[in-house]
Amino acid sequence: MNGVHDMGGMHGMGPIPYEKNEPVFHARWEGRAFALNLAMQAWRKWNIDARRYEKELLPAAEYLRMSYYETWTARLVELLVKSGLVTRAEVESGRPAPGSPKATPPLTADKVPSMLRNGALASRDVPIVPRFQAGQLVRARNMHPTGHTRLPRYTRGKLGTIDLDHGVYVFPDTNAQFLGEKPQHVYSVRFAARELWGEQAAPRDAVYVDLWDDYLEPA
Amino acid sequence: MDSNNDHDHQAVPSDLTLRVKALESLLVEKGLVDPAALDAVIDTYEHKVGPRNGAQVVARAWVDAAYKKRLLIDATAAIAELGYGGYQGEHMLVVENTPKVHNLIVCTLCSCYPWSVLGLPPVWYKSAPYRSRAVIDPRGVLREFGLELPEDVEVRVWDSTAELRYLVLPERPAGSEKLSEEALAALVTRDAMVGVAKVMVPKRGAAHEWRA
Repeated sequence: MNGVHDMGGMHGMGPIPYEKNEPVFHARWEGRAFALNLAMQAWRKWNIDARRYEKELLPAAEYLRMSYYETWTARLVELLVKSGLVTRAEVESGRPAPGSPKATPPLTADKVPSMLRNGALASRDVPIVPRFQAGQLVRARNMHPTGHTRLPRYTRGKLGTIDLDHGVYVFPDTNAQFLGEKPQHVYSVRFAARELWGEQAAPRDAVYVDLWDDYLEPA
Repeated sequence: MDSNNDHDHQAVPSDLTLRVKALESLLVEKGLVDPAALDAVIDTYEHKVGPRNGAQVVARAWVDAAYKKRLLIDATAAIAELGYGGYQGEHMLVVENTPKVHNLIVCTLCSCYPWSVLGLPPVWYKSAPYRSRAVIDPRGVLREFGLELPEDVEVRVWDSTAELRYLVLPERPAGSEKLSEEALAALVTRDAMVGVAKVMVPKRGAAHEWRA
């Protein structure tokens, strides 16, 4: 979707808010909100792409106004309600509905180290022929899907060169909406800064963007 | 505690404290979350996983040419040799700074960051100003961080749009030739591994200033 989250190349966002000796969390609630997000993922009711998409669906003005972990909190509530794990009424009252069953958490403290140590692979070990080769000139498609996509607007319609084939990965556009993993090759595509931004850009500079087969066409 | 640092906390903090507390107690009461698991997750990222991991990778690459070669070919495996990997570091790439190439990492679409080697990202990395400008004006962004690059240096910006996570291998600073691997690791900052700073050998007595 052409949302405000897709902000590469925008102006007017102000100075970079650098903080010396920044703590990992600025308040206790930030750590709790962060950890709640990770713990609830263990229910496997949604995937990482659905999680990113849910944040993109926050109203644009709210997305920009909220602090980072506030967006994580708002997104978690939406995912919980959509997945049926809790109801909106339960979130509002802060109490379980009368007579609702008590579950057993899939993520207990003893499982946290192995969960974080193992991570979650997004690559898929399936034999799929790459559509493009390193060194090949390609064009990022001029497409504007209303759902989730990882093709940034600033690359659309632009010419780039395949720098590296990363292998086969889950395709976010379908996975975010539970329409299947549609595994395909992901490439590092080199875009000359002047191709993206015109003569104002430095002549040697470049932006490398990781793009899926479905985002590219031969140039 | 909750009322400081309002630069990125425009909402009333006490409201968020209450909302998150209410959400946690609801999820615990429904048996959906184990509060001890939350403690363990927070402890991991506050005390165990952070930029010191990445600094050890960089220092090893500086002193061991064979390791550096492996790191640039298969970063995930080379980083695992030092015991790091996993969540948000499953698929790693290391990009090397040289006198002629400077690399900068960003995620314009959200906040992708190599947690396993750098920990959780700082506020500025996740902020709209950094995400919006890093790709269109990387030299201006670097200037804001106090880093002025000559015209003949090629700036490569890496936008983390997929599940690959990037770490910059900074240049080993002049004057560090006699330092041990451990002493080198102590010089390497988070900012240098994102690409918004260079690694410097500090003047005596000012070592802490270079740690981010």
